[in-house]
Order: sequence, then structure tokens, then C-alpha cells
Amino acid sequence: MSRAEIFSNIRRGLGRGEASAEQKAAVKARLDQHKANLIPMRAQLPHHEQVALFKEMALEAAAEIIELTDIHEVPAACEAWLANREINELIAASDSQITALDWQSTPRIQLNHRVGKVGDIASLTTSFAGIAETGTLMLYSRQESPTTLNFLPDVHMVILHEKDIVGPYEDAWQKLRSSTAGTMPRTVNMITGPSRSADIEQRLQMGAHGPKELVILLISDSQ
Amino acid sequence: MQIESPAFKENARIALHDVDLQKALGNLKAGFPTKRAAAIERMPEFDSLRDEAMQLKNHIIENLDLYLEQFEENVTKQGGHVHWARTSDDACKTILDICRQVGAKTVTKGKSMVSEEVNLNEYLEANGVTPVETDLGEYILQLRGDHPSHIIAPAIHLNLEDVTEAFHEHHGRPRSSDPAVLMQEAREMLREKFVAADVGITGANFCVAETGSTIIVTNEGNGDLTQTLPKTHIVITSIEKVVPTLEDMTLFQRLLARSATGQEFTVYNTLSTGPRRADDQDGPENFHVVLVDNGRSEMVGSEFQDMLRCIRCSACMNHCPVYGSVGGHSYGWVYPGPMGSVLTPKMIGIEKAGLLPNASTFCGKCESVCPVRIPLPKLMRHWREDEFSKHLSPKAARWGLGGWAFFAKRPSLYRLLSKGANRALRLMAGKKGRVTKLPLAGGWTDWRDMPAPSGKTFMEQYKQQQR
Ligand code: SF4
Repeated sequence: MSRAEIFSNIRRGLGRGEASAEQKAAVKARLDQHKANLIPMRAQLPHHEQVALFKEMALEAAAEIIELTDIHEVPAACEAWLANREINELIAASDSQITALDWQSTPRIQLNHRVGKVGDIASLTTSFAGIAETGTLMLYSRQESPTTLNFLPDVHMVILHEKDIVGPYEDAWQKLRSSTAGTMPRTVNMITGPSRSADIEQRLQMGAHGPKELVILLISDSQ
Repeated sequence: MQIESPAFKENARIALHDVDLQKALGNLKAGFPTKRAAAIERMPEFDSLRDEAMQLKNHIIENLDLYLEQFEENVTKQGGHVHWARTSDDACKTILDICRQVGAKTVTKGKSMVSEEVNLNEYLEANGVTPVETDLGEYILQLRGDHPSHIIAPAIHLNLEDVTEAFHEHHGRPRSSDPAVLMQEAREMLREKFVAADVGITGANFCVAETGSTIIVTNEGNGDLTQTLPKTHIVITSIEKVVPTLEDMTLFQRLLARSATGQEFTVYNTLSTGPRRADDQDGPENFHVVLVDNGRSEMVGSEFQDMLRCIRCSACMNHCPVYGSVGGHSYGWVYPGPMGSVLTPKMIGIEKAGLLPNASTFCGKCESVCPVRIPLPKLMRHWREDEFSKHLSPKAARWGLGGWAFFAKRPSLYRLLSKGANRALRLMAGKKGRVTKLPLAGGWTDWRDMPAPSGKTFMEQYKQQQR
């Protein structure tokens, strides 16, 4: 009942009944086109400058960046970072990029593949795109990468390849559409720095309900 | 929330004398406007983005039924359910029904102004379901039995000491006056609640027709835990939030955080599309979207249609001298500030909310900062006209205007009178040049001085220059 009333109110307000066939077709076409609106200049730089901008913006948003040249350096980098804080467990996505790494060489960390749970200290996932204009990571849910890993642990470590850095959000949407064969995953997370709140007297405090630290393992793949 | 808008004047008077509130409001004025200005400085395309956003919103409203149909179709395709709620009551009943179906005892809630609008918490509580607010500000308010006074910074009217006391009383831990410690305390207290909840309720900033997705924008991550951990996720939002594509959503995303908190981007922008997939290891098994109308569909085609463009960024209230002086609670209902002065009369009736569109200095700041260029002063003026034509405005105002109209239609009398008033005011102002007390205008001069007229009247000057 509500539905019919709402629609009839809207149509009355628009001074028409059901939309015409042309109008419907125009709306359909607009939905299929994925036309970009104005894209700011800063998101249209050449790729190496986008990488620099991504780093600048992510750091500004209080993320930490560890620069690596090759993905095989990830286990050692994680181990070193975690050892510094006396953390020895890492809950990781079962992404092939992560499972293909040699974790035997880093016995100080115990690697577990599962969903995130209350009490988890650190997690490791991959990110399929970095967005330069605001230093934003884009992740999406799938069997190998449960969403709880992105939100429950105190520390979220994320692998990102420089080649996956794009300028504007629009490029990330296109990349998402091609990586997921057009069907939206249950959730897409755009993450820009660690969790925070300014709800007490407008004073910014880091680490509200999500991760208190966001560590980006940025891989240049140069060599 | 009780409607207290008819008491605006009294509320405002109390607010102006409230030392603690004035201190808290100082935090707002020092914060958001400065940060917004800095963010916009770094985005030279900002004004062009505003133009595009305004046009896109107008396009959406012109095709609102079609985009809503597409959104509904795509949510359903992804295994979710869309519910339509004409009124607050419909929305509450729908949500309670879903809660009952899944046998819910407790629900966690992300921040949602639409849920405030429909008074969801009280309804659920009265029917045996316990809502737990998880946004830090909302959590503080819930502990205190208080309500938001701002649409994105709900506890802006409180000072640190208030939080210290509320937490001490409810958490039974030693008092702390360190915001970091208090936040950690809330984090710990809420962890188990996130996991224990049967249902998670969030709002949505936008609904994407193309994909059937809803998006929330938060800094804390509470909304994400709210919607990821329980078995059922209910989104409560309103019909004007629909946008065509992800690219279109992005246009608004570029404006929202910058206009609101002055951030380049909010920490978490999270899209939800349907329930968990067959091989997903986590995420809700049920996904519901409740689309609330509450008078919005009647705004289409009316003189208030432009208000449907609002993306709830709060820039208008952050820059409003009236809001900055009296705070959000004075407005007496869910939506404060300029956007509230336009929306509230629509939602609770002009008879109850008539004072709100009058609580404006018409300085125009709100319109000048609005990312979707809503002509807020003009819309408030529509309400004043409406109120006047329904004979709802106070007698003094009607007589005053009647008197002014009498003289205005008689130019020579008017000139004589304004000349006399001009001299009298200058006399009253004395050397200071400021009038501190004015008969019949105590409400004005109690709070500020009126500058004395600086010279001759306009007509006198006009005549001189003609020569
Ligand atoms: S009216 Fe404009 S400025 Fe105010 S909240 Fe809405 S979009 Fe923001």
C-alpha cells in the first residue's frame, strides 16, 4: 500500500502518470553507460605521479606505508613490524597472493586463515585498487577475503601493488566491474586511513571501532 | 523524540544563558567551517562539482519513480528485500516485524537520522527489542537518555565532563577525563554487543539504482561492524537518497566529506549489496532496505522540491549564526539548523514548527555553502508566507506588517516617519553610535546592540545625489 501511494505521489508531483517509453529507455541507457561526471585534475596525472599522490594522501590520512619492491618481501616485513609490537599472530585472507608466499621463513609469526574475531590483534589482506585522489584503498568481500578481517583487528595490514593504483574513483569502479564479472560483491570497502572519532568535544582520537592502525605494504614490482 | 519546536523561543533563551552549551558550541564554530574552507581550497573544481551535483539531483527527482524501481529490482535480484514506508509508523512496524521474524532481542545501530526521524529506538524498546547505538556520539547520548543536536556530530552540545560522568555511571569504571581513554572504554564495551546482536540497523547516505547497493560513510567503523556481524542487516533510509550509478554516487562522495567535516574523504565508505554470497565466510544472511517517505513524495513538484537534493552534510548548520548561538536542541526536533527549518514544518506541521523558518537572519550563508545549492533562505520564506496566509503568525507580527504596509503605500508619510525615526535612533545611540535598548525590541537588543543610522535616510541621500 505504501509503495503505491509513494509512487502515485511522486508521479502526481511530476505532473505525469507512468513515465513514457522514451523516458524509461533514457534512464535505462544512463544506468548502462556509467558515464563519469567531472573528474578533478589531481586524479588525472600520469601514473608515477598518481603513485606519489596516493602515498601523500594515505599518509595524510594517518595510514602507515611500508615500501617493498617485491611481494616476496611481505612475510619478512610483516614479521619485523609485528615483532616490534610483540605481536605473534596474523589472521590472513586466503587470497592466493598471500598463500603463495613463503611463511615458513618467518617462524615468529603464526599465520591463520579465517574470519576476524573479537580479540584479534592483526590481520593481513590484499587490496585490489588504490585510489590516488584521496589515498583510498578499495577491497571487496569474497570467499578468500572475509570482511571481518578489515574491521575487527586492531591492526590491518594491506598488500597493494603500485600498478593497481588508479587516479580517480571512477577508474576503480571500472576495475571492480571487470574483476567481478559485473556482479557486485556483497560489500565493497573504501578505506582511507585508520578508524577515528571526534565525537568528544571535536577532539580527534584515533582508533574508534575499526583498526587503530592501517599499514599499507606497497609493492613497486620494479626490477 | 518529543516535539518541542513550538517552544523554540523559550529553548533559545535558555540555550543562550547556558554556559556549558555555549562552550561546547564554541568547538563547532572553531572546527568544521575552518576545515571545510581548507579542503575546498585544495579542490579547485569544487564549485563546478556543486553545479553538477545540483543538476544531477534535479535529474534524479525528475525520474525518481524510475530510479526507485530500478533500485528495488536490483536489490531483489541480489537476494535482498525492499520495504516501503509511507509514515514513521509504517517504518517502525516493518522493522519490528523483521526483528520478530528472526527472534531478535538486541539490535546494534549505526548512526541514522532517518531512524531518529521515525523514532525507532523508542518503538523497538516499547516492543521488547533493545537497540544499542554504536556511533560514539550516539552511544554517549543513549547512556544519557539524550538526543542528537547535530546531524553528523550528534553530541556536539556536550563537554568532556558530561562524557566522563556518563561513562563512570554506566561502565562502573574510574572517572577519566582523557578522551582517548573514554573512547577505548566505549570500544571495549561495545565489542561484545556487536557480536551478540541479532540484527544490525544502519542508515544509508546513498542508494545506487544500477547495482542495488546502499552506502554508509563513517569514520569510526561502527557501522561496518553493525552490518557485518549480525545475521540480519536492515538499512533504514529515505526515498530521495537514490542515485543512478556508482559514478554518480562518486560525484556526491567528492562533495560530502569536504562539506561536512572538511576531510578529503571519510575513513570508511562502505557499499552493501544483498546478503552474504553462497561461499562468503561472513556477512549477514538477510538484507533488508526500508525506504521511508514521511512527506518526501509530496515535496516533489511543490515549492519545497529543491530540499529533496539535500545530502545531509550539515554545512548549513555549521555556518549558521542562529544554530551557532542556540544549538540544535532549541529547534525542538530531529533536524536542526537551516535544513531543519525547511524540513521540520513539512514533517511535523507548520502549526508546530512555525517558529523555525522565522529563526533566521537571512544572511544567506547556508545557501552559499550548500553543496547542492539548495536555496534555503527562499524555502524558509515560503514557509513564512504559508504561515502568514494560514493566519498562524503572531498578532504582533501581523499588526506590525499591516502598519508598515499602510505607510509603505503612502510614500510622503513613510518618508516623514523614517526621517523622524532616523533622528530619534541617532539621539538614543548617543556618542557610542549603538542603541542598547529599544522599546518593543528587547528581544533583539538584549543580545546585541543596534547600530545607529549613520547619516541621512536613503531618500534624502538619493535626492542629494540627483542634484
Ligand atoms: S541543506 Fe545543503 S548544506 Fe544543509 S545539510 Fe543539506 S546538503 Fe548540506
